[in-house]
Amino acid sequence: MTVTVIGGGVLGLCIATELTGRGIPVAIRDDAPGPQACSWWAGGMLAPWCEAENADEAVLRHGLSAADWWQDQGVPVTRNGTLVVSLSRDAGALSRFARRSGGHQTLDAPGIAALEPDLAGRFSRALFFTDEAHLAPREALAILSGRLGRTDATTGTVIDCRGLSARDALRDLRGVRGEMVVIRCPEITLSRPVRLLHPRMPLYVVPRGDGVFMLGATMLESDRRGPATARAVLELLSAAFALHPAFAEAEVLELGADARPAFPDNLPRIRRVGGVIHANGLYRHGFLLAPAVARMVADHLQHQTRPEFMDADND
Amino acid sequence: MPVFYGSEIDSALMLGTAGYPSPKILADAFARSGAGIATVSLRREGGGGQDFWALIQSLGVRLLPNTAGCHSVREAVTTAHMAREVFATDWIKLEVIGHADTLQPDVFGLVEAARILAADGFKVFPYCTEDLTVCERLLDAGCQVLMPWGAPIGSGLGLNNPHGLRALRAAFPDVPLVVDAGIGLPSHAAAAMEMGYDAVLLNSAVARAGDPAAMAGAMADAIRAGRAAYLADPMERTDMAIPSTPVIGRAFL
Repeated sequence: MTVTVIGGGVLGLCIATELTGRGIPVAIRDDAPGPQACSWWAGGMLAPWCEAENADEAVLRHGLSAADWWQDQGVPVTRNGTLVVSLSRDAGALSRFARRSGGHQTLDAPGIAALEPDLAGRFSRALFFTDEAHLAPREALAILSGRLGRTDATTGTVIDCRGLSARDALRDLRGVRGEMVVIRCPEITLSRPVRLLHPRMPLYVVPRGDGVFMLGATMLESDRRGPATARAVLELLSAAFALHPAFAEAEVLELGADARPAFPDNLPRIRRVGGVIHANGLYRHGFLLAPAVARMVADHLQHQTRPEFMDADND
Repeated sequence: MPVFYGSEIDSALMLGTAGYPSPKILADAFARSGAGIATVSLRREGGGGQDFWALIQSLGVRLLPNTAGCHSVREAVTTAHMAREVFATDWIKLEVIGHADTLQPDVFGLVEAARILAADGFKVFPYCTEDLTVCERLLDAGCQVLMPWGAPIGSGLGLNNPHGLRALRAAFPDVPLVVDAGIGLPSHAAAAMEMGYDAVLLNSAVARAGDPAAMAGAMADAIRAGRAAYLADPMERTDMAIPSTPVIGRAFL
């Protein structure tokens, strides 16, 4: 069996890596990872417990093993957990988040100061998700991509991981726009992603090292991929300022926007249509769910299993 | 059942479409709610929202596009025109926001925008306060429905000024009135219907519940109960106890 994976975003690369690891020859049909892939703009948080607050239980169940998978591929993974805070007037939001997620402990002000000294004195209560992790998406994509062969031909079994471009075959796929900002702020050091709950402007800040932070991400029901809007940038930067006023002095390095592929229930799908296996719809859970979907696709190819996310098999 | 601009709607629940965990859950919530009208926002997408709008259109309920997020008359009027094209309806929920933190309506801009849109053939559903004078001006401007707030949008505080809402009902007995915004619990929705309001419009109370479909069902039940209670002509309140069985003539044993 030889396999061609069309699409070199996070899912295509993970599937190709998983198949290679099982001794199946694979080639990627796409350019090297770059801004054309929506995973290029991702946060890279491996935060299944936090996501469970607003996502189907399958996201938690299949996301738990993501950090191990990435580490097994030699991708640097930082396993320092996630810190979730809210402004004092939104204390109810923190209680709600605690109630609807899991896998966290509650920290008081000294606990927050011990964990993230730069946030000392700013919040009286936080949730600490101890078992979560994060990675640098572009580094992760480059590591996987560097080990995989490329092709201009489509031969053997075809796995289509084109994301939103596959709407020609997957009619129920839609785009959910997200915008992000990358800043440099050497005054602030964070050791883990921090989420600021806000009823209108939720924010996460992912440290990338060397004083660089990624701020994300908006969620809009739109497939528009054009540049970030002023409104989105205003909201992200305002929320960052609320997290720590020193962010006002940051240099803005990059603004980005893209559209995430999603199905109506915001869960991934594996779908076999006319000899092509489609894997798609990772929504905002690209790096979190791609390893699990990759294993499912590989199991399906090797053992003809019908995985959980497979909803059509008309071969 | 409420009648808006000559159309009878078979539910007094109007449900918003923003902020659900997924379109699937949104559709489940609509199915459970029996809502007859879905409000949908055009403002924030800035184009490219066709897939989502197609999902909303597939809900099979009447659409009421809104001008959510508009802070000026011009923005609201432009958005209303876009909505008329996209959704092929002359119904428009008119929001002109006056204050960024509380999302209070700018009632001056609201009246002006309502006049412009009504003259242009729109059937305007204005999101307003319960102020009698403002509501009178909106009717003068051509509105045939009024949608006073219960409390600030998304606050879940319920009916902040029950007296004002009752006074509005009494002042305009023949105008369809909808409590729009601020509903957090079924009891809030029931209270509005018990006052004789024609309908309730809500979104966050369902979308942000842990189980949106279950909350949608609870809201529908509460609205039905509140309406039935209003039609049943509730007893008057008194300060003294009135026994339900006569005390005179009881046998002495």
